Amino acid sequence: MPPPPVRSPSSLLLCHCRLPFHISPQTRLPLSHNSSVRRRFHCSAVSALSSDPQIAPTDLTTTPPSSHILSIRESLLSRRRTAADVAGEYLDRLRRTEPHIRSFLHVSETTMREAEEVDRLVASGKDLGPLAGVLVGVKDNICTAGMPSTGGSRILEGYRPPFDATAVRKLKEAGAIIIGKTNMDEFGMGSTTEGSGFQVTANPWDISRVPGGSSGGSASAVSAKQCVVSLGSDTGGSVRQPASFCGVVGLKPTYGRVSRFGLMAYASSLDVIGCFGASVIDSAIVLNVVSGHDRFDSTSSTHEVPDYASFLMSTDHFESTPLKGLKVGMIRETIGDGVDVGVISSIKAAALHLEELGATITEVSLPSFSLGLPAYYVLASSEASSNLSRYDGVRYGNRATVDELNSLYGDSRADGLGPEVKMRILMGTYALSAGYYDAYYKRAQQVRTLIRKSFKDALEKMDILVSPAVPSPAYKIGEKVNDPLAMYAGDIMTVNVNLAGLPALVVPCGFVEGGSAGLPVGLQMIGSSFSEEKLLRIGHIFEQTLPNYRFVPPLLFLELV
Amino acid sequence: MALIFHRGIIANSQFFSRSSGVLFRRLRASRSCTSARGEGTANTLKEELIQVAPKRALEPNTHGFEAIIGIETHVQLFTLTKAFCSCPYVYGSRPNTTICPVCMGHPGTLPVLNSKVVEFAVKLGLALNCGLSMTSKFDRKHYFYPDLPKGYQISQFDIPIATKGFIDVDLPVEFGGGHRRFGITRVHMEEDAGKLLHSETGSYSQVDLNRAGVPLLEIVSEPDMRSGIEAAEYAAEIQRLVRFLGISNGNMQEGSLRCDVNVSVRPIGQSKFGTKVEIKNMNSFSAMNRAIDYEISRQVLLHSQGQSDQIFQETRLWEEGAQKTFTMRKKEGLADYRYFPEPDLPEVVLTKEFVDKLCQGLPELPEAKRRRYEKMGLTMQDVLFLANDNHVAEFFDASLENGADPKLAANWIMGDISAFLKNERLSITEIKLTPFELSELIASIKNGTISGKIGKEILFELLAKGGTVQSLIEEKDLVQIVDPAAIEALVDKVLAANPKQLEQYRAGKTRLQGFFAGQVMKESKGKANPLVLNQILGVKLKGES
Repeated sequence: MPPPPVRSPSSLLLCHCRLPFHISPQTRLPLSHNSSVRRRFHCSAVSALSSDPQIAPTDLTTTPPSSHILSIRESLLSRRRTAADVAGEYLDRLRRTEPHIRSFLHVSETTMREAEEVDRLVASGKDLGPLAGVLVGVKDNICTAGMPSTGGSRILEGYRPPFDATAVRKLKEAGAIIIGKTNMDEFGMGSTTEGSGFQVTANPWDISRVPGGSSGGSASAVSAKQCVVSLGSDTGGSVRQPASFCGVVGLKPTYGRVSRFGLMAYASSLDVIGCFGASVIDSAIVLNVVSGHDRFDSTSSTHEVPDYASFLMSTDHFESTPLKGLKVGMIRETIGDGVDVGVISSIKAAALHLEELGATITEVSLPSFSLGLPAYYVLASSEASSNLSRYDGVRYGNRATVDELNSLYGDSRADGLGPEVKMRILMGTYALSAGYYDAYYKRAQQVRTLIRKSFKDALEKMDILVSPAVPSPAYKIGEKVNDPLAMYAGDIMTVNVNLAGLPALVVPCGFVEGGSAGLPVGLQMIGSSFSEEKLLRIGHIFEQTLPNYRFVPPLLFLELV
Repeated sequence: MALIFHRGIIANSQFFSRSSGVLFRRLRASRSCTSARGEGTANTLKEELIQVAPKRALEPNTHGFEAIIGIETHVQLFTLTKAFCSCPYVYGSRPNTTICPVCMGHPGTLPVLNSKVVEFAVKLGLALNCGLSMTSKFDRKHYFYPDLPKGYQISQFDIPIATKGFIDVDLPVEFGGGHRRFGITRVHMEEDAGKLLHSETGSYSQVDLNRAGVPLLEIVSEPDMRSGIEAAEYAAEIQRLVRFLGISNGNMQEGSLRCDVNVSVRPIGQSKFGTKVEIKNMNSFSAMNRAIDYEISRQVLLHSQGQSDQIFQETRLWEEGAQKTFTMRKKEGLADYRYFPEPDLPEVVLTKEFVDKLCQGLPELPEAKRRRYEKMGLTMQDVLFLANDNHVAEFFDASLENGADPKLAANWIMGDISAFLKNERLSITEIKLTPFELSELIASIKNGTISGKIGKEILFELLAKGGTVQSLIEEKDLVQIVDPAAIEALVDKVLAANPKQLEQYRAGKTRLQGFFAGQVMKESKGKANPLVLNQILGVKLKGES
């Protein structure tokens, strides 16, 4: 198969249509194979913001991110490109970038065949699912039938689940093509992806740096355009932190919004499947597909699933102050000591931008904020010590060759599990032990209740809360390997949100110095439970109006120009 | 009303007759619906305060010691599917054929609670007179064993679905009888583990996960039992309850009903419990009875020899062959199961409507049945026979509904019907005789249409082949002869045919009347009314010579 002609990333971006702001409100996903809709997509949108010269893009190289999903859809429906062309382009880029960033633990061998299947569907004129021909990377702790799923752990090396996770099933039903399994810290325990049992993933912005974690592979893969969108999981920030490090959009939905069935449990009461995209709208489209109650997950919510994406697509144009009246609370505890000054100034600039869009920014204090980190590590480790008991080598995964039962357990787990995982199992086992339960687990649960309440109070006064997603930009590979406490401290911005079960969206908002082109910084927006629609709308407006930034990592220039 | 009731102490059956029931002023536990008390948690059912009086009497052969017995019973529920996945469970299936990723504990799988389990738990909780927790939760109990796929068992720890109940038991008459009330500490829901199949050489073991995830109710009793027979009857009553409720087959051989018994012994008058020993591996009630009595004697012997320090907290197995208990494993301190709330399952919230509906749908339970039968004037022997088996009880009740006399129906069921069942190895549900026909039969005898003897014949016909009493009587011309003239004719005929015997009779050998009666009955093909026959025969024999 001849590789498709190499194009510069800027031309790639340009060939994607701008966001079709002029689409009428009745246009909804899934888009029908309907000529009137198609026609709308043909038109390249003129920035609706031109009326406001201050925040209007000044030149086309800083075009705001457009929806790759809609662009693929449009090219399939208009027959400008085939799904095979699209898949070929991504696979080609994957092959060339993968040696540098190593995002994937497994790359599917059936991608081209599945793309051709989509093309046959297009040719037959049948309805296309909302993700037809869209290549999706799936974090390796999310089960995929017929592909290895190891959770980044040696103890599950070669394990192929007999079923698809509900989120994966829904993606497939929507026409998505699973391109492969992305690297991660073992069972989600880590913030750098250095904790993978198999390989270290690099950050496409600076390959000497970590992509963040634990969903580092999913974030770097979207950043480096190895796939269109990806699934991750977020227990204490594992979607939002790598999104910030890699300059992509990361969405952590409300606990229970997306079924956890098929997600290898790390801390069941905190785990959420989230997604990465190059734009807010792509994240919204993926969320649309994977959300909803699942009878296989009793903790999944029956809360109605609104159409997260259609509103964004149907936004006719932005007024000069589209966020007028929006009350934004800046969490005071997140912009003080211990936070990188560059990050603080990026976040303050982002807040200023929100103000320009009409929002009012108020500093709010969450008094229990600092308690979140210790409470999180007690609860997450406790649940992990329980959830990981099943990896015993008896029924699946790696089993030590021994002839005595205790050694079967001891050796299989000693050989198969990595040091970070062992440490957390030990911590969790200790915290749940008789005599310590009240002092640790129970107390942490009480803190959790406090945190929930303080968020609830703050979100009664504010529409959303904002903070940095991470106190620093991406750090060097190896920098914090021997300092777990420093690594844990990096989770301060995100863990509280998991403890409260709230949705949060991270949108790239600026840069700090570092690497060859600067390092991205993400703005975290936190909403009340099941307010994803609002978060996505604000995030979308923010992203589309953010001046002078383009979040394409230098790796793509180096590789492709 | 405060009711003091003395709990059973007397274990020696000879000393315990029905009359000792005076020790037990019986508490009529009218079952009231818990939920009527409102929505609080752990409402207790009992309005009455039950005080346990100090133990007084004791079985003589325990030499001044008393045994304290508590029982943990695991009841396997016969729901269509397992507790947390949709696998069926069929006892005796080929290993690992009723399993799925969920009950195998595959990565990423989650439990989904089978609502039938909650329904069954509530039914049992109500039947055991427990208070129900309107909000309860599941917890994880951790330990490593190859038959436990997830490394933890989903169970209920600090908030069980039902607590603080009691169960009423009538001891068998042959063991001295007597009524007992035993406290129920709690009932909770949990899942079963799989099974290990050990190779003959012992060099390897295989894991069968068919049973993993099958729903169980664990019933924990108060340490209220004092003897093997009390413990066995407690377990038997639990079995009856679950069968009456239709929540389990209660089969001990298949392991659907498993009892772990804790036994300790202490000198009478001492309030501190002795070291308790757990006994397992009893697969019948009689084995329970014997195992416990053995264990009591063993411990009493050690106590009386001053070797009470040789009683260890341990698990002992009952060996049927040796009729003894043997050490299985010594407890090395308390296991730490690291319980914590199961995050994959929401709380179990019961509504008043749900509980009320189940409460109203409860069948009549064994205790209520026994009291009802007792009121009918049946002996305790009859009561226990009829009420102990729900099928028998159903049959009996159905015949009563058709107007059968209770005592007569009881006699038929306990006599000829039961003998037939035993001979043919059938259950009462398998016979062709219907309760309606039994009541017809009883009525036909009572109103004189047929004789008791003919009744018996018809009964066996009905048992084996079915049909109706009416048609059998007509078909075989079995209607009783009550007409004196007809009977007189038969008597005359017999007397005439046996002149020699008649002569002997009249010479004073009056016991020959029986012979003549038999001959007349034979002549009448069994249809002559015995009363009329004997009357006429008497007159004729003495009569006209």
